[in-house]
Amino acid sequence: MIEIVNLVFHYPDGRAALDKINLVIHPGEKVALVGANGAGKSTLLLHLNGILQDEGLVKINGFEVNKQNLPKIRSLVGMVFQNPDDQLFSLTVGEDVAFGPIYQGFESHIVDDKVKNALSDVQLSGFEDRHPFHLSGGEKKRASVATVLSMSPEYLVLDEPTAGLDPKSRKELMALLKTLPQSLIIATHDLKMALDLTDRVILINHGKIAADGKTKDILLNEEILHENDLL
Amino acid sequence: MIEIYQHQKSYIHLLNTRVKTLFTLVFILCVSLSPTGTWPAYLLFLTVILAGIILSRLSFKLLLIRSLISLPFVLAAFPILFTAPEPHWQLSINEKIKILISQPGFERFISIAIKSWMSLLAAILLSSSTHFEELLSALRKLGLPKPIVSILSLMWRYLSLMIDEGRSLARARDSRSAGKSNVRTIGWRAGVTGKMVGNLLLRSLERSERVYAAMAARGYTGDPLYRTSKSFTKGDYWILTCGVMLCLLILAFAILSQ
Amino acid sequence: MLPGKLFMHIPDGFLSIPVSIVLWVVSIVVIGIALRKTSKQLGEKEIPLMGILAAAIFAGQMLNFSVTGGTSGHLLGAALVTILLGPWAAILVMTSVVSIQALVFQDGGLISLGSNLFNMAIVGVFVSYAILTVVNKIIKSEKTALFSSSVIASWFSIFIVSLGCAVELVLSGTSPANIAIPAMASIHALIGVGEALITLGAISFVYTARKDLLKIGSASKSTNKGILIGGSVITIILAILSPMASSHPDGLEWVAEKQGFLSVAQDSIYNLIPDYVMPGLTNEAVATIIAGIIGAAVVFVLIIGVAQTRKKTSS
Repeated sequence: MIEIVNLVFHYPDGRAALDKINLVIHPGEKVALVGANGAGKSTLLLHLNGILQDEGLVKINGFEVNKQNLPKIRSLVGMVFQNPDDQLFSLTVGEDVAFGPIYQGFESHIVDDKVKNALSDVQLSGFEDRHPFHLSGGEKKRASVATVLSMSPEYLVLDEPTAGLDPKSRKELMALLKTLPQSLIIATHDLKMALDLTDRVILINHGKIAADGKTKDILLNEEILHENDLL
Repeated sequence: MIEIYQHQKSYIHLLNTRVKTLFTLVFILCVSLSPTGTWPAYLLFLTVILAGIILSRLSFKLLLIRSLISLPFVLAAFPILFTAPEPHWQLSINEKIKILISQPGFERFISIAIKSWMSLLAAILLSSSTHFEELLSALRKLGLPKPIVSILSLMWRYLSLMIDEGRSLARARDSRSAGKSNVRTIGWRAGVTGKMVGNLLLRSLERSERVYAAMAARGYTGDPLYRTSKSFTKGDYWILTCGVMLCLLILAFAILSQ
Repeated sequence: MLPGKLFMHIPDGFLSIPVSIVLWVVSIVVIGIALRKTSKQLGEKEIPLMGILAAAIFAGQMLNFSVTGGTSGHLLGAALVTILLGPWAAILVMTSVVSIQALVFQDGGLISLGSNLFNMAIVGVFVSYAILTVVNKIIKSEKTALFSSSVIASWFSIFIVSLGCAVELVLSGTSPANIAIPAMASIHALIGVGEALITLGAISFVYTARKDLLKIGSASKSTNKGILIGGSVITIILAILSPMASSHPDGLEWVAEKQGFLSVAQDSIYNLIPDYVMPGLTNEAVATIIAGIIGAAVVFVLIIGVAQTRKKTSS
């Protein structure tokens, strides 16, 4: 379970990016985080595994997000960043997918198994020795997902997963995300994807939760969408 | 393009990285410490490094080319040809210009060139048969402080990132310039260069922060963890001892035969 | 003429054993202090910054400027790192780069690594820091102080480091003083201009876009008296030594006569981005005179600055 209590975050210049966020996400839930640019979606995501920490409390499966618990938290929450070029920083896809498990302290042969499984989960079997630079946009995205799947997280956090993908790659990615058993927390502008993939929508506006409820109730309500600059 | 590691499944590649690293250090030190003009000892050192290269199954031609590319720093030794003491050889270019080349200086120059080249081959052999991260992990285990190791491991990842950013920046510049950059003044060009470097630095910096966040999100702590970092076995210990003894013997031979 | 790039990273075989040992010891001690001083301050913001600056310096030191005739030299980067990280973290970044160049790329020897660390990681940073501090005390306006101190510190760091290299070569008996010092000084006086412009470019970008990064370096600014004094002393001693040695005309004549020999080194294979290479300044005499004037002027400013800070601390 992810619990967020009174989370506040200020940008370095003093502006409030998140203003008293309170939130509970249960295991297995598929949640879409929607909101206009600059609403605070990405900032909220970065708090889920302790990249950013400020005032307030974030708890993952009962563990408070703090410096001590970071290794545990980072195994529980897999984070896929928006730009795959930032996510894929190694010289081969295999090395990148192995990065997380190595830091989790697994033995070499287990790491190899995890890499193999994660790559086959995202349908990139045999891509171990490919350079990330030479992958297509869709392949990069799926490889990014594999880099956290290999860590066997319970929660999968994705920032704008469909941004910049062509229709075919987008479809492939959505098909992949549908098959994953993990909880999904997806920050996105892609309302169609949210409708297709998630049961719950949390709407963020100016650092506050503006609406929280069933996906259909919120995303099919034009009034709410208008109010929050999403239409 | 930065990765200099070349994959092979050779004895040298599989050897414990700490053994390789320590041996390379000792080898280079012994080579550097052997006195000028001890040619037989140089030959023995060369045999050792050639044996290593053959065992590594790396392409000798490739290592040779790489060693020659990095070799121009031997030219730093060039002035010795003229500054070292008598006796001199005299070269006359024409009546006005005569060049005096010192004979001891010549011997020293050639010695430095050969020694540098052998040290270079040893370093190249190490870096082509070992992943950079693996090398850092070995250096960490050998006692190199953690901050320095973290800086180096990030540096390595960021180098290719920076070249990436540099390329896209250069493309953006080229697509806007008419191609006649030579006509401007030095100051103008230096200014443009300064701004480009600033821009490049800033772009790389921002990207490095994002990459670092992605690394941290997957548990990165600053320690290089290379997964094949094996434990130091008795066999490794013996191999290292023999290798070091060999180098020391050749060094002793060099000093005695001086 | 001595190839500048090459002599910033002194290879093995050029320094006498006593010089090498002394500088190894000094370097280890100072780097040890730096490690202790930085152990608390390194956080999620500093570490990637250190990594990217190390990468920038590594790349920058491969980027050659061709200066005069057959000579080329490379950037140092010590001033830039000192501005952004403060002196102790800067020493660690420079140490990392210089060590890995020696170990993996054989750029500079292992026995001479101690002195290369001393020159580039310690003297470079100390001098930069001393000048940054002094100029920042003299000039009141924050922005002017930042930009002018960046320029002066980068020019001086590279110039003084080159003099340090030259003095070590002289002390080792490798090169006579009237050859090594003016040759190194005149080349690096010019490279220093490139270094200064590039540092200025980088700093002004950081200033306009990421002012928050400038705080990391200045956080540790006022507290390092040891580095300030050490850097000032090194700067003054070496800067006064150089014009004195440069007055030996026979040394310069010799260099000019032999200049043709090193044209081989002109087109360095390391040129990553050929367009960046500055065109050669062909007139050696003019270059040397300009270098001398710049040097004298900066020394003058520096001495006034040191005097003023002393006045301040005593009152």
